[in-house]
Amino acid sequence: MATKTKSKPIGASMQMTKQLYQQQAAKFQPKRNVLLNSLRAFWVGGTICLLGQALQNMYIYFFGFTEKTASNPTVATLIFISVLLTGLGVYDNIGQYAGAGSAVPVTGFANSIASAAIEHRSEGLVLGVGGNMFKLAGSVIVFGVVAAFIAGILKSVMNMIF
Amino acid sequence: MASQKQVSRINRQTWHFTEDVRLQASAVAVGPKEGEGPLAAYFDKIHDDMYAGQQTWEDAERQLLEDAITTLLQKAGITGQDVDLILAGDLLNQNITTNFTAEKLAIPLLGMYGACSTSMLTLANAAALVNAGYANKAIAACSSHNATAERQYRYPTEYGGQKPPSAQWTVTGAGAGLVGIGGKGPRITYATIGKVMDMGIKDPFDMGSAMAPAAVSTFLAHFQDTGRTPDFYDLIVTGDLASVGYPITKELLLQEGYDMDQVYNDCGLMVYTPDQDVFAGGSGCASSAVVTYGYMLDQLNRGLLKKVLVCATGALLSPVSYQQGNSIPCIAHAVALEGDI
Repeated sequence: MATKTKSKPIGASMQMTKQLYQQQAAKFQPKRNVLLNSLRAFWVGGTICLLGQALQNMYIYFFGFTEKTASNPTVATLIFISVLLTGLGVYDNIGQYAGAGSAVPVTGFANSIASAAIEHRSEGLVLGVGGNMFKLAGSVIVFGVVAAFIAGILKSVMNMIF
Repeated sequence: MASQKQVSRINRQTWHFTEDVRLQASAVAVGPKEGEGPLAAYFDKIHDDMYAGQQTWEDAERQLLEDAITTLLQKAGITGQDVDLILAGDLLNQNITTNFTAEKLAIPLLGMYGACSTSMLTLANAAALVNAGYANKAIAACSSHNATAERQYRYPTEYGGQKPPSAQWTVTGAGAGLVGIGGKGPRITYATIGKVMDMGIKDPFDMGSAMAPAAVSTFLAHFQDTGRTPDFYDLIVTGDLASVGYPITKELLLQEGYDMDQVYNDCGLMVYTPDQDVFAGGSGCASSAVVTYGYMLDQLNRGLLKKVLVCATGALLSPVSYQQGNSIPCIAHAVALEGDI
């Protein structure tokens, strides 16, 4: 890295290189506890998935869905719960605790949309809610579609060759 | 009393206020979390609702700033007509909190932006204008609100993204100080204007590391220009370096031969208790403002503190700048306040 060679009288540290500073600062920067975070993500994420499975079984046994068709009401229910918890101001606390555990499942996706919608409600329904709902979720959709498109092409090409 | 014809310009960065410029009164309005903090007793108005009775977060922040300034006028026993100038700023785009509030108050405005260094940026300039005679009385003020800052810089408030332990909690509040010649209150003696420092820190969730070099730079300039050392002061504070930037600053200054150990604290660490879930500590314009205009002014007026140096630190990033990969430029401005001397 380039050295900081701005003139000026003051002391040596301000002539300190950026690299040296970053090394010094790193001593005081708290480390994320990866193991603890992973454990929390595992149990919260696992619990959300367990809840999903329980919901799916419920729809199959009590409402006559098949294993395939039950996924739609299951996802809808999880989304509903997530949006409700977002609206009640609880989901962000779960997210701070669980990290990826509550971000990766469909509930995290729902939270990103609902939180943006709530946040921008004060700017109006069209430009506020409508224009900003997918602010965070938009990139998931865009790259999800792109990835699906590429996977689809690869599969078609493979089928043609073999 | 000021002695005759003293130098106002000590050096490129440091101003000496030659007149009897004083911080005659101050007032602070805060939100609920700050009202549960250890300094609650020093705040004039505590809202128990983040909306402060308004419909939007932005309106709430304006309400806080308005509360701080109107309370200040009441405490000083004057009206807006007696004030020549407001110098104020906030964190929102186009300084909307400041601009909208100044419209209501009908006092001429100098809007300023220095991110979280705005508290001392405005106070230093108010003192300079009063010292030079361009204003008889001027108000220095600033505000920040946790939810408006989250929206401005980060994610929607209810978004469940995890923040690292180096993140900080933007203080919801506003502080205002009345600067004038003579009267009661501590003297404003020196101001040291900071240079923008950028040591290549890019993580917007680690402002403490980004801002520490700016604070160090301003402290060094202040000590060299005034010939003072840390022990000249009873208390030296930085604005919002919190638990990451605070020890870095201390360490770097020690390497420069300035031992801050006995006198140094950080407003971001003072405004909350560690069990308030604020990550590394408080941040925002209001962090230094509520501590200075609340706690410190009270202590100065009661003689429990005699000489203090407030160094407000600001991270001059924007969401665009960090998304484009720029590191975080930072600045710090320091103002010395001295009880009756």
